[in-house]
Amino acid sequence: MSAIRHETAVSTGRTARVFLYLVLVLFALFYLLPLYVMGVNSVKPLPEITGGNMMALPRAWTLEPWRAAWSSAQIGVQPTGLKPYFLNSILMVVPAVAISTIVGALNGYILTKWRFRGADWVFGLMLFSCFIPFQIVLIPMALILGKLGLAGSIPGLVLVHVVYGIGFTTLYFRNYYAAFPTELVRAAMIDGAGFFRIFWRILLPVSGPIAVVSVIWQFTNIWNDFLFGASFGGTSQPMTVALNNLVQSSTGVKEYNVHFAAAILAALPTLAVYVVAGRYFVRGLMAGSVKG
Amino acid sequence: MGFLEIRNTTKSYGPVEILHDIDISVEEGEFLVLVGPSGCGKSTLLNMIAGLEDITSGEISIKGRVMNGVHPSKRNIAMVFQSYALYPNMTVGQNITFGLEMHGTPRAEREKALAEVARLLQIDHLLDRKPGQLSGGQRQRVAMGRALVRDPDVFLFDEPLSNLDAKLRVDMRTEIKKLHQKLKTTIVYVTHDQIEAMTLSTRIAVMYQGYVQQLGTPKEIYDTPANVFVATFMGSPAMNIIPAHVVMREGVPHAKITDADGNEVLLRFSQPNLAEWDGREILLGIRPEAMTDPEGADRQSANIQTLTNRVSVTEPAGSDTFVTMVLGGKEVVARMRADALVRPGQRFDFAANMEKAIAFDPKTEKRIAP
Repeated sequence: MSAIRHETAVSTGRTARVFLYLVLVLFALFYLLPLYVMGVNSVKPLPEITGGNMMALPRAWTLEPWRAAWSSAQIGVQPTGLKPYFLNSILMVVPAVAISTIVGALNGYILTKWRFRGADWVFGLMLFSCFIPFQIVLIPMALILGKLGLAGSIPGLVLVHVVYGIGFTTLYFRNYYAAFPTELVRAAMIDGAGFFRIFWRILLPVSGPIAVVSVIWQFTNIWNDFLFGASFGGTSQPMTVALNNLVQSSTGVKEYNVHFAAAILAALPTLAVYVVAGRYFVRGLMAGSVKG
Repeated sequence: MGFLEIRNTTKSYGPVEILHDIDISVEEGEFLVLVGPSGCGKSTLLNMIAGLEDITSGEISIKGRVMNGVHPSKRNIAMVFQSYALYPNMTVGQNITFGLEMHGTPRAEREKALAEVARLLQIDHLLDRKPGQLSGGQRQRVAMGRALVRDPDVFLFDEPLSNLDAKLRVDMRTEIKKLHQKLKTTIVYVTHDQIEAMTLSTRIAVMYQGYVQQLGTPKEIYDTPANVFVATFMGSPAMNIIPAHVVMREGVPHAKITDADGNEVLLRFSQPNLAEWDGREILLGIRPEAMTDPEGADRQSANIQTLTNRVSVTEPAGSDTFVTMVLGGKEVVARMRADALVRPGQRFDFAANMEKAIAFDPKTEKRIAP
């Protein structure tokens, strides 16, 4: 603790410090409150929720709402639970993240180490794609997916997310590789390595931090996307759409405990990604921001 | 025909020509140093030899094979970069053998070549480390190892010592020289440090503003610089350039200079061809070590001229004392023995070794004598 205190720019007194921690703890509690509500209510029988107190701990603990949310809740017309949609999301997210990250890395490599006339223009246009709102492209995208015969399928969704993700992943990798010494690439060229070998053997092994940034960013965005899923999902809708269908259903009893469990289930993969790779996230962002 | 031949080579970026008509022929086993201030085009020229920059016009050939358009890896060259450019994710051993691996050399041969090079450079104990765990000098050795292991026709060095601290730089300089003497390889070496150029090279090309100002042995460059730029760039402290008039006395040309107090000083030239310049202005070039206290003057010289002048500053440097005075309106540095008794403000006798004097045309700045 004392070591940290020495490094802080502003030295503070003991009272100020206590106050500071108090405020921080309060904010943290406030921030965690929704998670608490979700967690607590997802393990209660329904009458305990409808009976009144949302904040209380369950009197009778049950995992039934989780089981129901996963495998038997009524989604639309089928009592399938979220399971098949979860699978849809996985089948969509994994290839979409992988492809957009690889393409972004290659783009970044070319835009920094194999520069061509107009490279900055190309990069500028790709960057511009980051700022196009989803709604604008819905109709042209539907047209293209229809022409390609990918409408309402998982490959169609993968394509949409890859196209939308490349702008971001290219930005990350370009800025990261801009700080990578060009002399290394030249040395490898003289050593006889070609385009892909330089990428594979020299650049990729040191791209860990930025790859993590790209994966987290893409995974979170694609997993959480609702609009494209609802518009182009067809029969293979992702988790987010299913969750909406479950929560918004207007017939029957509202099973809040199942809804809470389903919402947590839907958020779990992104949470897992952050827990596993989160500490590289900031590191990668910083590394990329040094130069570029 | 030379081993490495650079013929009428130019380099342009768009409409801007940055290298003009370079013509250099390097023999096998030569150590050519390209030296010049930053921006003179020396690194560009090296990159053109390496194939990392293309040649706008002209021709570069190695061993009689024209290299224009040939990929760097197919030129049988090796390059040592300023930043060493070691692959951070590979061990020292992998770094050194990467080139061999890329060229499809079998593993057993690679191991043998690695062992040989490691022994030569005394880096056997480092082979399993990553570049990040090495000191500057060790990285430098690894970078050289990577070049050596390929057994190339030509070695290219791009300011390899400029990232090292002063002491290590001197040590590594000696190492490189030793290595060259032992292996007799052909080397092209770029530096902005004129001492590196003088000590290492068998020949120097002094470059400035995209032109080779002079190409010659270190001695030629030092003793008979082609122009004022070469004269002042090579040597430390720089050669003194003093405006002077040529006057004839008893049929022999003399340099007429005004000293710090406005008196006229006459210094006899040893170069008779300056007679044509009678009555005209020249620039007199004289190196600090040719301007000494009378006791420290070169005894071999047949033409020591003494002049008395007021001392403005003295700078004891341990081995020598540098004395600054004003001659011909310019500050002039003389190099004295360390224990020469000289104080600022004093009028002092200086001995100028006029055998070593050089005269330049003040308009073209080219050497006119000797």
